[in-house]
Amino acid sequence: MSQSVKIRIIAILLLTAGLFAGAFALPKAGFSFLPEIPYRLGLDLQGGTHLLYRADVSGIPSVDVAESMEGLRDVIERRVNAFGVSEPVVQIEESRGEQRLIVELAGVREISEAIRLIGETPFLEFRTERPAEERQAILDAQATGGRLGEDAYFIATELTGKYLKRADVQYGQTGIQVLVTLSFDEEGSLLFENLTEQNIGKQLAIYLDGLPISAPVVQQKITGGQAQISGNFTLEEARDLVRRLNSGALPVPITLVSQQSVEASLGQAELARSLNAGMYGLLAVALFMVFWYRLPGLMAVFALLIYTALLLVIFKLVPVTLTAAGVAGFILSIGMAVDANILIFERFREEMKAGRTLAGSIEEGFGRAWASIRDSNMSSIITAFILYWFGTSLIKGFALTLGLGVVVSMFSAITITRTFFRALKLPDSKMTRFLFGI
Amino acid sequence: MDFIALRKIFYTISGAFVLVSGVALVVWGLPLGIDFTGGSLMELEFSGSIPSQEMVHNQLASFSLGEVQIQQTGERGIIIRMRDLDEETHQRVLGSLRTADSNILEKRFVSVGPVIGGELKRRAVWALVLVLVMIIAYIAVAFRHVSHPISSWKYGVVAIIALIHDVVIPTGLFVYLGQFHGVEINALFISALLTILGFSVHDTIVVFDRVRENLRKHNGANFKETVNVSIRETITRSINTSLTLLFVLLTLFFFGGESTRYFSLALIVGTVVGVYSSIFIASPLLVTWQKWSSK
Repeated sequence: MSQSVKIRIIAILLLTAGLFAGAFALPKAGFSFLPEIPYRLGLDLQGGTHLLYRADVSGIPSVDVAESMEGLRDVIERRVNAFGVSEPVVQIEESRGEQRLIVELAGVREISEAIRLIGETPFLEFRTERPAEERQAILDAQATGGRLGEDAYFIATELTGKYLKRADVQYGQTGIQVLVTLSFDEEGSLLFENLTEQNIGKQLAIYLDGLPISAPVVQQKITGGQAQISGNFTLEEARDLVRRLNSGALPVPITLVSQQSVEASLGQAELARSLNAGMYGLLAVALFMVFWYRLPGLMAVFALLIYTALLLVIFKLVPVTLTAAGVAGFILSIGMAVDANILIFERFREEMKAGRTLAGSIEEGFGRAWASIRDSNMSSIITAFILYWFGTSLIKGFALTLGLGVVVSMFSAITITRTFFRALKLPDSKMTRFLFGI
Repeated sequence: MDFIALRKIFYTISGAFVLVSGVALVVWGLPLGIDFTGGSLMELEFSGSIPSQEMVHNQLASFSLGEVQIQQTGERGIIIRMRDLDEETHQRVLGSLRTADSNILEKRFVSVGPVIGGELKRRAVWALVLVLVMIIAYIAVAFRHVSHPISSWKYGVVAIIALIHDVVIPTGLFVYLGQFHGVEINALFISALLTILGFSVHDTIVVFDRVRENLRKHNGANFKETVNVSIRETITRSINTSLTLLFVLLTLFFFGGESTRYFSLALIVGTVVGVYSSIFIASPLLVTWQKWSSK
């Protein structure tokens, strides 16, 4: 196979790959047989809340800090999972000797409820049966999407883990069943006595961190403040529960030091506007390139489109979390991506004015441009790198998309455009020179 | 066009802008937002007409919220700025406002503790210093082989003067906007500044690169003429590159989201100032310096 046929095949492959990448990046415009992977959006674009807690580890020997922080993370992760949030983030962060915990919840509506559940000590509570008509009203509302945060079956009571004196693991009479026994303090014993008295023949549910773990039917009034939970525990689970109940609190006390919440509609509007801006920006750059550089400009536009599709595919596959700032960085990179092309095309014109042939000018333009492109982009890469290293999550999003964009575009603008030029094998005619704007 | 001959005019224009920006910065200071100072921001949308500022102030008077600022946004929205709030106070404030309009939608709530704010400030300064150092190191390496007729470190110094010029002017604009239009600087503004640093050097390097190449080609030619030719050869490229950047930045400014509006404004100003300085300030400065040292 001759060299020129090979180049043409590569050019066609590039175009096809670009088409597929585009179809994958924008599924609505694409083919149905490609797998659909959604973009991962940041909290500011999909709505959600970012919480930063400071953990007070002053009471813990320094060798145990890491372990306690992990314990803390696990407990909080479990609580967060109870909200049914998709992909919650719970991370430990250390900053200047301070231990912190980051919690990110996407699309949570009842943020204050979430904050309450995360921050409070694990919460054991007793709930009584809800009257049938109320239950029905809530269930009906929930069927149509209302009152989702409410528990249709049980009503909270005053009796909570606060009144717990201690918890133990015991085996039931059969010797197989594992029980958790609870002893209440004086006040708790009274509350428990009243509750059992008023609910004979009804269920008394025991909730932990907002989830029911057991709902026995009350047989008789219980005095003396002793209760048993006979959930379907394994020995392991029962021990874990008892440990948590006895410790009473999170392994490390935490305080909320910063929060950012964005309502979903605001995020969606923000996203739509950013995407629009990106499209107009791309269009403006494309028009400018074609009007100013004519045929080479058109090829740069193809390279730019392939670049855009390619970067979007990277965003999906890595996946990169896109924030408003991240989208801005991406849009900025579209404006920067043609920089390499402009540099090369200006060189063409210079070389041709200096009397070189068309083909000679093209090769010279590409050949000489690399060092210059690398040098001039290096400062942007340095900046993106440092921003990523130092930034908060907001800045990181911007730095990542900008940095990725600069690196990918450096190659796409050069290699893709060059392949197109070689594949076209333009003759050095008057027409071609006109198309090159010379 | 003879860029070098007109250099005094360019120096004067730039000098004036830098001076005004610098004075504004010293007199008024940076309008730091809650990202840096700590505090909270609550954006609310009312279902009916929005209450008067006075009403909101009265409603909130019973909480000790520090200095409360209220600002209208859109037709039915307000933004309230106050000291940082814990979740309980936040809910109480919200509840109190809901007595007037029970359908208030809280679109955004941000609360930053003072410790976190201070930490961001420190980080921003570090990042700025680090970017500067890395860029200086990079220029020093890139231009290490050029020594005639002016030594390589001078290219670096001139690039840094241009860089300071390019950062001070947008900062001055934001000091002005902060003083008269209530604009606040957030963490994104710092990213914009650092990005401007990158662009500024980028443009300057392209011109210097050409100076270096032309010096090698026309050995012994007049330095002033060499610089002038180099500017002329690279000016289209510099302007076109900045134009494509400006296209995307302008669409981002006009059509993009609220949260990136001032970010794109900072970048727009930085890009314009950056391309101007690389053509009209940085390169002429090389000639000025060479003349001084040959005297």
